Amino acid sequence: MSQITLNVNGASHAIDVPSDMPLLWALRDKLNLVGTKYSCGIGVCGACTVLIDGRPEHSCMTTAMSEQGAEITTIEGLDPDGKHPTQVAWDEVDVSQCGYCQGGQLLTAVSLLEGNPDPSDADIDMAMSGVLCRCGTYQRIRKAIKLAAKYGQEGVVS
Amino acid sequence: MTVEASLNSVLPRRSFLKTTLLASGAFLVGVAYRRELWAGGSADEADWSPNLYLRIDPDNTVFILSKNPECGQGVKTALPMIVAECLEVDWEQVRVDQAGLDDRLGRQAAAGSGSTPDAWNDLRVAGTGARVMLVAAAAEKWSVAPSECVAREGRVLCEAKGLSARYGDLLKLAAKQAAPNLEALSLVSKPKDFKLLGRRIAGVDNAKIHTGKALFGCDTRLEGMLYAVYVKCPSFGGRVNKANVEQVLEMPGVTHAFVVEGGADPTGLAPGVAIVAETWWEANAARRYLRVDWETAQSDSSYDYERQADALRKEAGETLREDGQVEEAFGMAERIVEGSYYYPFVSHAPMEPQNCTALYHDSGRIELWAPTQLPGSARDAVSRTLGLKNESIQIHMTRMGGGFGRRLVNEFAAEVAWIAREVRRPVQLQWTREDDMSHDFYRPAGWHDFKAGLDEGGRMVAWDHHFVTFGNEGRSVSGAGISRSHYPAGLVENFRLRQSMIPCHVPTGPWRSPGHSAFCWAFQSFFDDVCDASGRDPLEFRMELLSRSFGEPPLDLARTRATLKLAAEKAGWGRELGEKRGMGLAFHFDHGGFATHIAEVSVGSGGRYKVDRVVSAIDVGPVLNRSGAENQVEGCVVDALSTCSQLEIEFIAGTAKQSNFRDYPLLRIDQTPTIECHFIESDNPPSGLGEPPFAPVAPAIANALFAATGRRVREMPFVRAGFSI
Ligand code: FES
Ligand code: FES
Repeated sequence: MSQITLNVNGASHAIDVPSDMPLLWALRDKLNLVGTKYSCGIGVCGACTVLIDGRPEHSCMTTAMSEQGAEITTIEGLDPDGKHPTQVAWDEVDVSQCGYCQGGQLLTAVSLLEGNPDPSDADIDMAMSGVLCRCGTYQRIRKAIKLAAKYGQEGVVS
Repeated sequence: MTVEASLNSVLPRRSFLKTTLLASGAFLVGVAYRRELWAGGSADEADWSPNLYLRIDPDNTVFILSKNPECGQGVKTALPMIVAECLEVDWEQVRVDQAGLDDRLGRQAAAGSGSTPDAWNDLRVAGTGARVMLVAAAAEKWSVAPSECVAREGRVLCEAKGLSARYGDLLKLAAKQAAPNLEALSLVSKPKDFKLLGRRIAGVDNAKIHTGKALFGCDTRLEGMLYAVYVKCPSFGGRVNKANVEQVLEMPGVTHAFVVEGGADPTGLAPGVAIVAETWWEANAARRYLRVDWETAQSDSSYDYERQADALRKEAGETLREDGQVEEAFGMAERIVEGSYYYPFVSHAPMEPQNCTALYHDSGRIELWAPTQLPGSARDAVSRTLGLKNESIQIHMTRMGGGFGRRLVNEFAAEVAWIAREVRRPVQLQWTREDDMSHDFYRPAGWHDFKAGLDEGGRMVAWDHHFVTFGNEGRSVSGAGISRSHYPAGLVENFRLRQSMIPCHVPTGPWRSPGHSAFCWAFQSFFDDVCDASGRDPLEFRMELLSRSFGEPPLDLARTRATLKLAAEKAGWGRELGEKRGMGLAFHFDHGGFATHIAEVSVGSGGRYKVDRVVSAIDVGPVLNRSGAENQVEGCVVDALSTCSQLEIEFIAGTAKQSNFRDYPLLRIDQTPTIECHFIESDNPPSGLGEPPFAPVAPAIANALFAATGRRVREMPFVRAGFSI
């Protein structure tokens, strides 16, 4: 067990974790931030995606200990009121089915739009291909990202 | 107050309307079930308690109960819309509450696309009945006739007198009205009369999903909760001889480690080793030190299955159905066409691996938080495992990260119940992805050999089909049976269906659109074999096939033809697409829904292909929530493409070979086609949409690949046949 401090969604948390505990399980079982999901545990599905210093990362593939000092954003920290342009677009397009993968989808999309405010279908497919959706909401994800891009540019929300 | 009405043929015979005024002033409406009809109990009034389909609060908020489990199929949004439509309220006024398992609510399941047909009458009665009583209340208050009043957007209006009242202000009076005679209620049923139904309504839980607050089964957190893994024999049915649980107990964070004897039924508590710890990571990390001496029970392998299938395919098998004079008809046929198809076992692989949370109370009661498609069967599994009565088992239904039929079996509930009783603290059992993929109830593989006899006009006059499937002691295993009336039975005068069965010791079960999701590809691919041999257009051939029946038709011919016609129109069937591109089509009928898909593909070098577009024409009666409906169609297309193109489970020594998304690669966004869906909104009662659009996707794609390349795909996944996406 080691005492570490994690900076998550703008707040700092001191926790005891086993040194090899992935960030995913520290978030879920130590901090009760259950919006970050487990699905494959081997870095291929993207359900556990969080933003680490703004970049989308698989939280199942990095230890909590090694992310001390980093700015971690989970889906709970995106905009708790759901007013981020990407969240608004996701609601308007009604992307979700079961919703289990959607936290990872949203955070990955947010990071795509930050680097590329007007992505093409090909850009979207490239950036989003690491986040699996078993329910098959991909067509809507493309549409929602374009709508979010428009909202982002127009400054319609948030 | 209570009124029980006699029931006409439209209404299920089990229901009657109950209304109650609560102490809070809220007005409660329920469609109750006659106890004697569903539980062998008495119909005594005293037995009844409100089942809370619908509650209106004095502040005009309308609460609608969603009784079925939500696994992404959208019932929690679409079904309450039925109540809101009939009640004449603004959707903004509506709040939806999730029910737990409650026998007073009747059927509670996410299965067989059955929630919509089941609820259609009850929910319309609940909404309409309440509206009629609110109108009667206003009429009494204003001393006018009810016929002078109308309900609109949560208010009753008397336009002639310029009067208006909110529902919330009429509750006391409404509760005093006689509940309406169910026979006299006029229930909205036609799409042209809908105001809310048929519109695009976003999922009621979207806001929670987008902010990480939607709670799935694995997100349940209880005070003082422990976490568990449950290790079963990699080869199905294996028992524990010995395990080093003492050493595992030494591992950091581990609080308990013990052997569970279990039984032979894979739908209940199977033998295994439970490891419980302060965090799930620690429980799972300790697993690496676990050494178990397993006594294995079977050693099924895909290789053996294939060898047995090869032998059985040469035999006659058992004749399940024979119409007309099959041999004579083949003897007289102008041309004979043959085709064979094989598909493998597949896994459900919902995004949220199986899990369940339980709290065993010292009083002997147990509470479970279960992501289940069939809460009643979760309760049964717990009851069998712990020897508890139903009354001592409380099931909370959580949102599910997908189901696809996997969560119809609830062995995870039995496992966590046992562990919770041992540890006497709240405990969450979480399977790994590997546990999930290697302990599934798989969709069984199958081999189909078809033979068709054609007359000089290319019409099918004889049909012989040998299906090699899996079964033990003369009965097909779960998910492996075929219906004797599967088309083209009844569409071809001389028809024979034969079956042979391979013994099977790995667990199988229903997988999205059970049977259909696999058969349809074989049948509809073979139809194109027939078209190819006779030079007929696949659309024209199917239209003709569906133009007449011999005896009872296996499906509604006109509704099926209408989906073919609409899809062909929208997709531009017959257009010239150019080099290495092709269009294919297929129809199907299952779970009350009719679907045709037309796929367009482009094929590059080395058999690499892309599905550019899928056009769907669907008839499930009225569309309830257009957004949810289209989402189900899109989801079915992606799921079916994923499954037919790249997925299979193989067995070696009784153990599944594939274990995670690396060797079981679900479809990605960059492999997804443009999907366009069109609904025929017939006036038939609505059916569900979680399954019907699935089956005809794979054959439409395979037929398009043939059109593009002249190469017929005879095995799944298509990557086995040299086509990679
Ligand atoms: S759980 Fe981390 S990538 Fe799948
Ligand atoms: S919405 Fe269910 S996995 Fe994506």
